[in-house]
Amino acid sequence: MPEIELRQVSKTYDNGYEALHGIDLTVREGEFMVVVGPSGCGKSTLLRMVAGLESISEGEIIIGGQVVNEFTPGERDLAMVFQNYALYPHMTVEKNIAYSLKIRKFPKAEIKRRVEEAADILSLKEYLQQRPSRLSGGQRQRVAMGRAIVREPSAFLMDEPLSNLDAKLRVQMRSEILQIQRRVGVATLYVTHDQVEAMTMGDRVTVLRAGVLQQCDTAQVLYDQPKNVFVASFVGSPSMNLLYATLREDGASLQIGSQAIEVPDSVLAKRPQLRPFFGREVIIGIRPEDLTLDGPGEVLVGRIGHIEALGFELIVHFGMDARNYVVEDKGGSEEEAKEALEATTLTQHVRNVARVAPRSAIEAGSTISLHVNMDHVHFFDDASGESIW
Amino acid sequence: MGTYALLAFFMVLFLFPVYYLVLGSFESPAQTLNGLHAAIPTSLTFDNYTGLNHAFFSSTITGSLEGFYTVSTLVSLIVVAGGLVVNSLAGYGLARLKFRGRRLLLLLVIVLVIIPFEAIAVPLYYMLNGLRNTIIVQALPFIGSAFSIYLFYTFFLNMPPQLEEAARIDGAGPWRTFVQIILPNAKPAFASVAILSFIQIWSSYLWPLMMTSQPSAYPLSIAIGNLVKQQSTPNYGEMFAFGVLLVVPMAIFFIVFQRWFIRSVASLAVKG
Repeated sequence: MPEIELRQVSKTYDNGYEALHGIDLTVREGEFMVVVGPSGCGKSTLLRMVAGLESISEGEIIIGGQVVNEFTPGERDLAMVFQNYALYPHMTVEKNIAYSLKIRKFPKAEIKRRVEEAADILSLKEYLQQRPSRLSGGQRQRVAMGRAIVREPSAFLMDEPLSNLDAKLRVQMRSEILQIQRRVGVATLYVTHDQVEAMTMGDRVTVLRAGVLQQCDTAQVLYDQPKNVFVASFVGSPSMNLLYATLREDGASLQIGSQAIEVPDSVLAKRPQLRPFFGREVIIGIRPEDLTLDGPGEVLVGRIGHIEALGFELIVHFGMDARNYVVEDKGGSEEEAKEALEATTLTQHVRNVARVAPRSAIEAGSTISLHVNMDHVHFFDDASGESIW
Repeated sequence: MGTYALLAFFMVLFLFPVYYLVLGSFESPAQTLNGLHAAIPTSLTFDNYTGLNHAFFSSTITGSLEGFYTVSTLVSLIVVAGGLVVNSLAGYGLARLKFRGRRLLLLLVIVLVIIPFEAIAVPLYYMLNGLRNTIIVQALPFIGSAFSIYLFYTFFLNMPPQLEEAARIDGAGPWRTFVQIILPNAKPAFASVAILSFIQIWSSYLWPLMMTSQPSAYPLSIAIGNLVKQQSTPNYGEMFAFGVLLVVPMAIFFIVFQRWFIRSVASLAVKG
């Protein structure tokens, strides 16, 4: 039985703004479900609706087999971890963790047992008598987790719980949260704007855009078989290269700017729906790792804008005389979007990225020939943005 | 160096009247009015304080210092305690509850902040005339205060709403959330409102003057006013002493609450 089920859930605000449209979503027992999407896509609203902190306009929310639309947050048997942790500043760690049990009138001995058990799991024993203000970001995060697990609820809700931590701690807490979730085995609905977090943590990942569910599947399926150009560009870092290209009348080659590459029969055979697009413009998507300096496959030539040396690989930003497809509100925080915009303005046409082996003999400003792994090239309908299979 | 000299100058400027008041209350009337010489303590005496009660009995206002203190204390207590309850709830409601007409109500509160009490004193006088010479009438108009509501409103507005949401998910109802989560975290706001309303009510003059005619209902401010009026030759020493007695409770009140008063509101939000 699914722990959380959303049936055609919509949210329209009084001013007419539609935050969510007909969301169908199921979180199975013990599953770690991540909802990811750019700022303002409605992911936090979705979570708050499940929590009961926000009313729903249409549809049904079912938790543990019960329709909970009319239930108060306290009646829904959920625990939530907030972005800013929302620890009660005037209470000690122990009281913070025990608060919900106290309200539910649990016997004192039981409260003590559960708090100690949670403190044990989260290595918080020595901090039980301290106030939250004296704890580090990571410790506060653990207290927030403790407050959630002590209830033994039917589901956890987490609203960007790692976004206030620095990068190193975030990676550490990512695995800690996962370990705890596996240990207690409680269904979890986790919201983030960070697609790396989503991919690494979720048993399944739901991608939202402008209040519409784009795709819900495992991280690998989202990566390999994105349903549309938005999911394709959102999932993966660096992003997929998206270019306008025209299929020849017989489909045997692709014209990308001034360059033409052959489309093997095997690719056409795998994508029968591509046939109606022969002779038409489509969007093609190539993952940065599917462009290599050597090996088989057709060659695309570009000019290197700049190179990022990460040690274990080089990220090559290069430009081509082909039009790039740009996905609006691709994601990330507002800051990231701004940075991306600035970067775009700076580099003009240098919109394409390839990942190549470190110490490759390439330099900025020179031309680069990249072999395309045609088996992994994605095709999208220019009009609808849907994948063509 | 120049900055310190300037600061020292202003410090002396502001503190001197207080120093003069305290010192003058322990000096004979002749000394008190002896120009700048009064600022140098020579012979100190408690006569002004001991003479105060006597002064009241000898004048046409009968009543004791204790009586005036009791009235002032009771009125202040009602205003401060009642005001904290009423205004905090109103401020919280305006900051957090979503209801039709909320903006209009908020605007009304802001407008009320700028209307001086003197403007509504006369209508109030007619409305509450039946309660003259009581303690409650001295307190009633000041319990609900637009300024206090606005102060609470801005405080609650800046409080992270996630605290209340966390409490709701933990199973707390609105009342429990307010008492157990909001209240303990709103001490700076409560202390600020308590101090400001105490100072206002403790030293209020116009309203008790309008509403009291019997010495048994006089607060301290009216009593001292009457004392001055009734003395054929003003006894400045006694006036100074009375002034000190009027100020001391305010100072005590401020000292008790100041640690919350000065605590930064920003420190409340527990962020990573």
